[in-house]
Amino acid sequence: MEQKGWRDIPIGGMILEAGNAVEYLTGGWRAFRPIRGEAECIHCMQCWLFCPDSSILIDAENEEMAGFDLDHCKGCGICATICPVNAKVIKKAGEELERDDPRLCIRIVEEGKVEE
Amino acid sequence: MSKFEALQGNEAVATAMRQINPDVVAAYPITPQTSTVQKFADYVSDGLVDTDFVTVESEHSAMSACVGASAAGARVMTATSANGLALMWEIVYIAASNRCPIVMSLVNRALSAPINIHCDHSDVMGIRDSGWIILFSENGQEAYDNLFQAVRIGEHPDVLLPVAVCQDGFITSHGMERVEIFDDADVKAFVGEYCPQWPLLDLENPKTMGPLDFYDYYYEHKRQQVEAMENTQAVILEVAEEFNRKFDRNYGLFEPYRLEDAEVAVIAANSTAGTAKVVVDRLRDEGLKVGLLKPRVFRPFPAKELADALSHLKAVAVMDRSVSFGAMNNAGPLFLEMVAALTLHGVQVPVADYVYGLGGRDILPREIEQVYRDALKMAETGQAERLVTYLSVRE
Repeated sequence: MEQKGWRDIPIGGMILEAGNAVEYLTGGWRAFRPIRGEAECIHCMQCWLFCPDSSILIDAENEEMAGFDLDHCKGCGICATICPVNAKVIKKAGEELERDDPRLCIRIVEEGKVEE
Repeated sequence: MSKFEALQGNEAVATAMRQINPDVVAAYPITPQTSTVQKFADYVSDGLVDTDFVTVESEHSAMSACVGASAAGARVMTATSANGLALMWEIVYIAASNRCPIVMSLVNRALSAPINIHCDHSDVMGIRDSGWIILFSENGQEAYDNLFQAVRIGEHPDVLLPVAVCQDGFITSHGMERVEIFDDADVKAFVGEYCPQWPLLDLENPKTMGPLDFYDYYYEHKRQQVEAMENTQAVILEVAEEFNRKFDRNYGLFEPYRLEDAEVAVIAANSTAGTAKVVVDRLRDEGLKVGLLKPRVFRPFPAKELADALSHLKAVAVMDRSVSFGAMNNAGPLFLEMVAALTLHGVQVPVADYVYGLGGRDILPREIEQVYRDALKMAETGQAERLVTYLSVRE
């Protein structure tokens, strides 16, 4: 994004255009990436509700969770923490699981280790 | 028609606030500005103003509420002093940086510790780099007059900065003097309506104020603040010109008193300037060519204009009612900037600093007379005997 000079920006850091946070791509901040197991997902929308960056994509027509907006997701992992399917898997396993355990619905994987 | 009343400085300020009738006042009463807020609260209770008066739990909250109200699009005022201002400090910067034209009556007094409620200028000097416009007032009348001008200056589209109007704690804040109170309608016409350009309450045009601003834009926003300060001096003079015409006054960036043909001058702000005028008259009667320069605008600092006004002198003594601890020679802040201004603008004149009156210590005419006699000696010898003197401190 081209950076403007001081004469060309609103004073005091004011943002005069509503909703333009979407233009600021924060995906580059991410060290961990959420990956969803499509088969496991029950589309409860808890991750959509809790995501602090509105980065859960929705298929509105089918009322389904459709993936992650990786242009804005900062990889905080709240989606995985709140995921009730994850809770069930952990409970069933009876032990603490790694965040990238393949049994989980939403896995948190180190960016460098993601298999594209 | 204006009328004359016997008022304390704080009452004069409260009267000005009544006449300005701001949309929002958020304040916490702290000595010695308490009576301003108290008197203004009376006006609110008596229905004499339309102001939404926000009583807060601390000065930090007072300034926070002011910033919020100003962002919403309101004309906002507050009053504070000393440690109250110190507690506000974080938000003082935010008010200026968010470009909120808040007007604050600031009753100058010492900062703790030791605990002291009396006059000096330590409080205002603490915010001198904060981005606020700072005006000094010799007495209640000037505090009253400056307040109206402050509203116009701060709200000017080329400025949009907060303004602090100072007067001396107790000496003038609680000293009763004859004050000319203008007709309400004349004040109303002078201050006019505030038309904020970007009010948050303009729901048709949603916007964000005070967001995060990293290394990519923060610096540009600071540069804008510099520009606003650059624009301010012309606006101060323009507003003063209109005020002077309308209310028969003579405001400028500073007040020269018998300075034109003087050989030596003292620089003193706020109430001490009033005492110094008496001393000047007395010494003039002795045939001594002495004068006074009373700063009115401290921020933005009118360096060139001050240097020009002092360029014909043979000696200059600066009086500082605060110390910049650890600064060059432990001098006062006014002196440090005056020396820089004189040097930068090629005025080669011996200068000395007189720190005085800390914590409300009286400054007497004979002490100011001593400063003048020192200055006359400086003019004779061409150099200052001592760079910084702590006037009337006991050894």
